[in-house]
Amino acid sequence: MSKTIITVVGKDTVGIIAKVCTYLAENQVNVEDISQTIVQGYFNMMMIVDTSGSSKPYAGMVTELDELGDEIGVKIRCQREDIFTKMHRI
Amino acid sequence: MVTILEVNETNKMIEQEKLDVRTITLGISLLDCCDADLDALNRNIYDKITRLGKDLVSTGREIELEYGIPIVNKRISVTPIALVAGRACRSEEDFVEVAKTLDKAARDTGVNFLGGYSAIVSKGTTPTDEALIRSIPAALAATGRVCSSVNIGSTKTGINMDAVKLMGEIVRETAEATKENNSLGCAKLVVFCNAPDDNPFMAGAFHGVSEADAVINVGVSGPGVIKHALEGVRGKNFEVLCETVKRTAFKVTRAGQLVAQEASERLGIPFGIVDLSLAPTPSVGDSVAGILEEMGLESAGAPGTTAALALLNDQVKKGGIMASSFVGGLSGAFIPVSEDQGMIDAVNRGALTLEKLEAMTCVCSVGLDMIAVPGDTPASTISGIIADEAAIGMINNKTTAVRLIPVVGKDVGETVEFGGLLGHAPVQQVNRFGCADFINRGGRIPAPIHSFKN
Repeated sequence: MSKTIITVVGKDTVGIIAKVCTYLAENQVNVEDISQTIVQGYFNMMMIVDTSGSSKPYAGMVTELDELGDEIGVKIRCQREDIFTKMHRI
Repeated sequence: MVTILEVNETNKMIEQEKLDVRTITLGISLLDCCDADLDALNRNIYDKITRLGKDLVSTGREIELEYGIPIVNKRISVTPIALVAGRACRSEEDFVEVAKTLDKAARDTGVNFLGGYSAIVSKGTTPTDEALIRSIPAALAATGRVCSSVNIGSTKTGINMDAVKLMGEIVRETAEATKENNSLGCAKLVVFCNAPDDNPFMAGAFHGVSEADAVINVGVSGPGVIKHALEGVRGKNFEVLCETVKRTAFKVTRAGQLVAQEASERLGIPFGIVDLSLAPTPSVGDSVAGILEEMGLESAGAPGTTAALALLNDQVKKGGIMASSFVGGLSGAFIPVSEDQGMIDAVNRGALTLEKLEAMTCVCSVGLDMIAVPGDTPASTISGIIADEAAIGMINNKTTAVRLIPVVGKDVGETVEFGGLLGHAPVQQVNRFGCADFINRGGRIPAPIHSFKN
């Protein structure tokens, strides 16, 4: 199964990573890599995760992460990795 | 492993530059639905379309959600109805009943358009073809989602001028039959030369007889992405310009190829082709005219427009062809006037005329598309325009098409609203000199010398 890319973009605030990781842990999603930068006060994070151990339907996770983002005040996207590898790798 | 920069680039294309997959089109053969009884035929058609198409829209939504890329349209194309309904339909009214069945099947599967109310009459017209063609105005007036097309010529066969004459009249009658709705029927009627069998784009999509029982074709888009990429190379030479278009087209097409493969796998229907197209929408920033202007033209339609469009079309193909295992359909830049805000602006400022658009169709993938003309334009003049476009297609070995809307009751300078993706268009001036004696000659224009390759 392909990996999933979760991106979090928005105004920096305390506990963004904690909240996202808590959600992922509760749903048995394994985080394999995290990269993160802050540009002019804007938080920009990308996680590579493996959802194969999760029993949650993929669409449900996309929606719930989006809602979690609304709560924190950031934009959270959850997308299958293929869209990026296909586009940027030959 | 993908990097944060690559992920951000893709998501910026989707969010700010309107990257999308324009359409997943499910092609369905109706050849096995033939029956001598009209009710049985309609039942067979409805059952087959709804059986194969029942999961198309939900699967499209699923892919959209999982990959985070919008898939704007989910559509269906079918075998040209003139080939399917011949035995059952004894009158034009019978054909309209088939159109209503197609409309119901489209509604019940949730697709916004269904193409294939069509006839292929490149060399000659059978009585069934003619009956279907004559039923088009009533069929388009009685349905909402059905699209119609007629292929009146090809490089191999020449041009069927009797059909060209007839189609001029049919376009006028369709405008009249749908005049309460700004002659909207004509927006769903395309006259082709060299129509491809696997085009996923409406209104001209049909499922050709060379195709399998069912197939998934995908049309990509992305004018906004190309324009944005070109903003980064202002003032640079043509080599850099072309390279930038090519690289961007590659990325756009890869997204389409991925969606096509996923849809094909999930629906259990073979993948056909990706159509490498730049299809504009009326929303700001999603314009092919905008790309031409970014290249350095003051307005689309200015001298240099044809050259700019030619290089755009060619680079989109060069970049796209490596990104997909099978390409087909129309593949190239579309220049529908009403569906492209930049084109509309160019017409309104007097920079873009019907004649310049005709020149542009020599180097891009389609033809005179979504152009509103005065409602009193004579049928023979419309036939003349169709003949000109067909000649361009026939001689240059390419698809050309005409989708003109003679808006009943409107004249040059007025604007007509079609709504949604079909947009709005200023009514454009048509050359007022007649061609009736030319059109009325009847018969065929022979195939050109370079078509004899056997």
